[in-house]
Amino acid sequence: MLKLATTLKTALRALRRNPMRSALTTLGIIIGIAAVISMVQIGEGSSVAIKKTIENMGANTLIVFPGQAVSAGVSFGGGSAVTLTSPDAAAVARDCPSVLAAAPQVNGRMQLVRGSQNWVPQFIAGTSPAYFTIRDWPIVEGRAFNNSDVLGVNQVCDVGQTVVKELFPSGKPLGKTILVQNVPLKVIGVLAKKGANMMGMDQDDILVLPWTTLKFRISAKALQNQNQSTAATSTTSTDQLYPETAQNLYPVPSASEQTDTPQPVSFPNINSILVAVPSTSQIPQAIAEITALLRQRHHLQPGQPDDFNIRNMAEISNALGSTSRMMTNLLTGVALISLLVGGVGIMNIMLVSVTERTREIGLRMAVGAKPRDILSQFILEAIVLCLFGGALGILTGQALSSAVQHLLHWPIELSMPAMIASVAVSAAVGLIFGYYPAWKASRLDPIDALRYE
Amino acid sequence: MNLITVENIMKTYHLGSSDVQVLKGVSMAIQTGEMVALMGASGSGKTTLMNILGCLDRPTSGRYILDGEEISRMSANQRASVRNTKIGFVFQNFNLLARTSALDNVLLPTTYAENTVSTKALYERAKALLDRVGLGDRMHHEPSQLSGGQQQRVAIARALVNNPRLVLADEPTGNLDSHTSEDVLQSFEKLNRQEGMTILLVTHDPTVASHAQRIIHIRDGLIEAGAFQEPPAAASAGTISESAQTTRKKR
Ligand SMILES: Nc1ncnc2c1ncn2[C@@H]1O[C@H](COP(=O)(O)OP(=O)(O)OP(=O)(O)O)[C@@H](O)[C@H]1O
Ligand SMILES: [Mg+2]
Repeated sequence: MLKLATTLKTALRALRRNPMRSALTTLGIIIGIAAVISMVQIGEGSSVAIKKTIENMGANTLIVFPGQAVSAGVSFGGGSAVTLTSPDAAAVARDCPSVLAAAPQVNGRMQLVRGSQNWVPQFIAGTSPAYFTIRDWPIVEGRAFNNSDVLGVNQVCDVGQTVVKELFPSGKPLGKTILVQNVPLKVIGVLAKKGANMMGMDQDDILVLPWTTLKFRISAKALQNQNQSTAATSTTSTDQLYPETAQNLYPVPSASEQTDTPQPVSFPNINSILVAVPSTSQIPQAIAEITALLRQRHHLQPGQPDDFNIRNMAEISNALGSTSRMMTNLLTGVALISLLVGGVGIMNIMLVSVTERTREIGLRMAVGAKPRDILSQFILEAIVLCLFGGALGILTGQALSSAVQHLLHWPIELSMPAMIASVAVSAAVGLIFGYYPAWKASRLDPIDALRYE
Repeated sequence: MNLITVENIMKTYHLGSSDVQVLKGVSMAIQTGEMVALMGASGSGKTTLMNILGCLDRPTSGRYILDGEEISRMSANQRASVRNTKIGFVFQNFNLLARTSALDNVLLPTTYAENTVSTKALYERAKALLDRVGLGDRMHHEPSQLSGGQQQRVAIARALVNNPRLVLADEPTGNLDSHTSEDVLQSFEKLNRQEGMTILLVTHDPTVASHAQRIIHIRDGLIEAGAFQEPPAAASAGTISESAQTTRKKR
């Protein structure tokens, strides 16, 4: 132990005699370790973020989408058919024993107007009160809309934090009115903050309202508006350039005429059904039950393909997680290669150092150093150099990942195992790449070494 | 008592196909407490003999016994520990570690010793040795800040730090002017007289050799004269060596 301490002291002194060279030599290790540390921390950060997202999206969630429409052998892709209805959603909730809750979902992307503020949120979800249970999303202020709001096609809504921020700078949205396509909606509740989802989209940028309201009051109206968009916007530039095109074939109905004659919407089609399952293990069972139920409800013959898709959120998250893991491993591999290059640099300089210090080695041998003393001294020098580089590399990597966190807003997770591994790896690099030069030094003949010029 | 006994040592270097016989059967003895000079022309084999005596090299044949131990049969590791514990080297070109203080240079051999003494005791000993060679005030100077003579005196202190039985000096004054040579030689003489240290000096210079009690002449790999202590000198040298041994024991 004492021997190791003195050898260590000798090694440190030798390195201190040429600080600039020692620093440059270890640069490869610094860069390599820094790269490994930052890669692992960024990778770890994203997988933790994914895990968190899965949790706050509801890990045990299924989404049922309408199937693809096929017309004369031409497939229009998933979601192109309108096969899901709100009674389907109700039936899933009622008749499938492995289903905890199910909510219909109607999506929209429209402008919200509040006084002089306006905002187009990422998500407008027309749904049922079960939505809040399935997504495990508490209301922090006011209340969630209830079933009577759905049945009554009430003009109420719950808003996410981002929408509050954009439309209500005062921060008091309760009881206020938002205009959606000129339909007034009263804000009755504010959702808790959820953060970004695994695609990086802001989940708080959302407006949740009874699906009936969205379907029958807002979307229906939007349809009408579309018909009359040419009439309503008579001041577009094309109209000015080509006045003839602005000619209307049909008389323009007045605003009061429009509200008095709502467009009939015959099918309560919905975009998807959101389903909650009590536990991950019950997901396959739930999928089977839903499939059977919907096939029966849609009168599909055996052999006919499903006219709906069931997407498993856990599966998507796992896929995303494994992609991110693969990227992390890949980048860590590249970083490890740079560590290898650093190791070769160490070996190179150690070889030079052995040649330069031949006389010193001869002297040490003359005063009683055994070959293994010389060997351990030079190996220790390489290891100390690498450990020093490793320590600096950890600091640099830490700084790098913090910079990434602050500048790019990527999630970062401090990784203790990575740091311990880095220290071990740099020591190993020192040992492996320092061994050959040290061995060469230990094999010198003291007489020749002492005479070396 | 003989500290060094050399019996018919031969050393042959193999250079490609030709053999160069450098030592052609050297026999000699040195007693404890003697100060001996080894003289000879350039190329006569002085350094080769010194390397064998210093356990840095092995003879091709013959026996070498140092302090009762047969060296010629030892392994490299065993010879390393003999060098460490029993021999102190002083080189012509000082061979101090650059950018290392005089004190740390003196402590170098202790790094490889199985020390039972504490680091602090070693430190004290190194300081005392530097004091003795007159460099107590230069302990923290690096070789580049010391004169040649001072550097060689640091080297002498280094040779002594492990309490060796023998100091070997190959042309210790070869790189010094006559004045500093005198300083260094006086250090050796003092060491021999006061501590009873056995010293073997290699030199070309008769003035240097005159500091020794005995001169061994070597020519073409053979000892010409002075291989053994002569009977009349033996009496006086014997008392010196005895008194040296007693002083040694007292220490
Ligand atoms: N490693 C070697 N290989 C071959 N020949 C050698 C080797 N070392 C020494 N010699 C030869 O041995 C002879 C004696 O060399 P040595 O160094 O012992 O001489 P020396 O007496 O110390 O001379 P100097 O006074 O010049 O130092 C020389 O002829 C030299 O060429
Ligand atoms: Mg010589």
